[in-house]
Amino acid sequence: MIFSAGSSPTSLAATLPNSNSGYVAAAYIVFLAIVLIYVAIMAVRLGRVERKVREMNAREREKERESV
Amino acid sequence: MRVVGALLRKELLVELRTLESVPGMALFAVTTFVVFHFALNQNTVSGQEAAGILWVTLLFAAMLGINRLFVADADQGGFDGFLLAPVDRSALLFAKALSLLAYLFVLELVAVPAFALLLLGPPLGQALPSLLAPLALGDLGVAAIGTLIAAMTVRTRARDLLGPMLTLPLLVPVVIGCARASAPLLQATSGDGGVGPGSLPLRWLGTLALYDLVFGLIAYAVFDFLLED
Amino acid sequence: MRSPSLRALSISTVAAFCVALSLVFFYAPIEAEEGFLQKIFYLHVPLAIVSLSGFVIGGLLAIAHLRTRDQRWDLRSYVAIHMSLIFGAAVLLTGSIWARASWGHWWVWNEPTLVSFLIIFLLYATYQPLRFAIEDPERQARYASVFAITAGAFVPLNFMAVRLSASYVHPRVLGSSSNLPGPMMLTFLVSLGAMALLFATLCSYELAAKRTRILLKARSRILGFQ
Repeated sequence: MIFSAGSSPTSLAATLPNSNSGYVAAAYIVFLAIVLIYVAIMAVRLGRVERKVREMNAREREKERESV
Repeated sequence: MRVVGALLRKELLVELRTLESVPGMALFAVTTFVVFHFALNQNTVSGQEAAGILWVTLLFAAMLGINRLFVADADQGGFDGFLLAPVDRSALLFAKALSLLAYLFVLELVAVPAFALLLLGPPLGQALPSLLAPLALGDLGVAAIGTLIAAMTVRTRARDLLGPMLTLPLLVPVVIGCARASAPLLQATSGDGGVGPGSLPLRWLGTLALYDLVFGLIAYAVFDFLLED
Repeated sequence: MRSPSLRALSISTVAAFCVALSLVFFYAPIEAEEGFLQKIFYLHVPLAIVSLSGFVIGGLLAIAHLRTRDQRWDLRSYVAIHMSLIFGAAVLLTGSIWARASWGHWWVWNEPTLVSFLIIFLLYATYQPLRFAIEDPERQARYASVFAITAGAFVPLNFMAVRLSASYVHPRVLGSSSNLPGPMMLTFLVSLGAMALLFATLCSYELAAKRTRILLKARSRILGFQ
């Protein structure tokens, strides 16, 4: 397939009625969804880690109070 | 070198006495041809189809052998015994790979005639010498990768599953090369309309040779790391 | 401590994507044969290149691990491969959408990039099962590195073999990235850069999360509870 500029750089509006724009959108949305799902999973993990850190700090403070 | 010879002799002797790999592999191959007959509902196959069936069957039969390759060593402490010996650890790789090669050779001794008998349409006689090339090169690739992956998975959980899962994608280039190379050999008529099998395409043999070289070297380079404990 | 570089990476990734997307939709000209559909090219091919590089880099990091026996290399190798696998899934999905739009089928066998990717995806999908099947952490890291090296060497070979085997009857659907006219090449390179930045950023986040979890586990063991 030879790449060639079929028309001069056009604006988005002129191409939207194209029937293929649905597929293009779908591809970009799939990509975006994957990235966002990943970020969401990381956020959940971060929440878990923060909770553990808080628990640990609380128990450490308790231990210090006991040993005093 | 002597070490490899000694280990190889041990492997082959054990296999000869216990007969636990090769008969199973050969039987599996022949049975698979029968299954193919019913699955395809055809009396004969030729050309690319025949090449495909032959190679897939050989590949899956090889999986059986690969699965069993290190099992005895892992279960009965053979690894520890070997590690205590003051020898180059690659010797085990060579010995196991050569024994696997031997098993594959015997497998093909049974499977290829069985294939010619049961499923192959055009007669095999003329094509047989040329067929040896993809068979040999394919076997080398399977031996190199199969031995490496067998060593990797033998001491894991679910080793029977993990072995084929790892090996099959890695062997896809071998399948491509061998199936494509054998296809014109197994044809009823050659491409230009003449009668009889076509010639052996060299491009696929080159690919197979490259694959064998690269993965042979890699297997040699990394095998030691698998045996450390 | 690591937040400044993480923040810088994230911001530059977002910026790069904004620039890339603007270029894709407002600057790059419409391709003559495929029309608007060709825009997927700027998403699919950079994903593929970054993913494949990630697998090879994972192999290189594994070599470093086996040489130095420093577990940190193994961690980096693991994250690189894991991320490349996720990007690889995106490659397959976007490629499938493109195939559907171009050919009417959700899968095509005569597109070498897509087919090679399927094989590589199936191979690297076994990486995590392999790791989890080995309990001893040192052996797990070592075996994983052996796998990463073997698979990393496999990537280029597989590509070559599949390309050779592709039928030449149908022209390649997804096109090559050579002989691109100027504006398209620029857009492609910027998209590639944005994708690489995204890969680096997500890997950094993943590494930071894993290191934190390791530190946490070590500390909680010292303090005497699980």
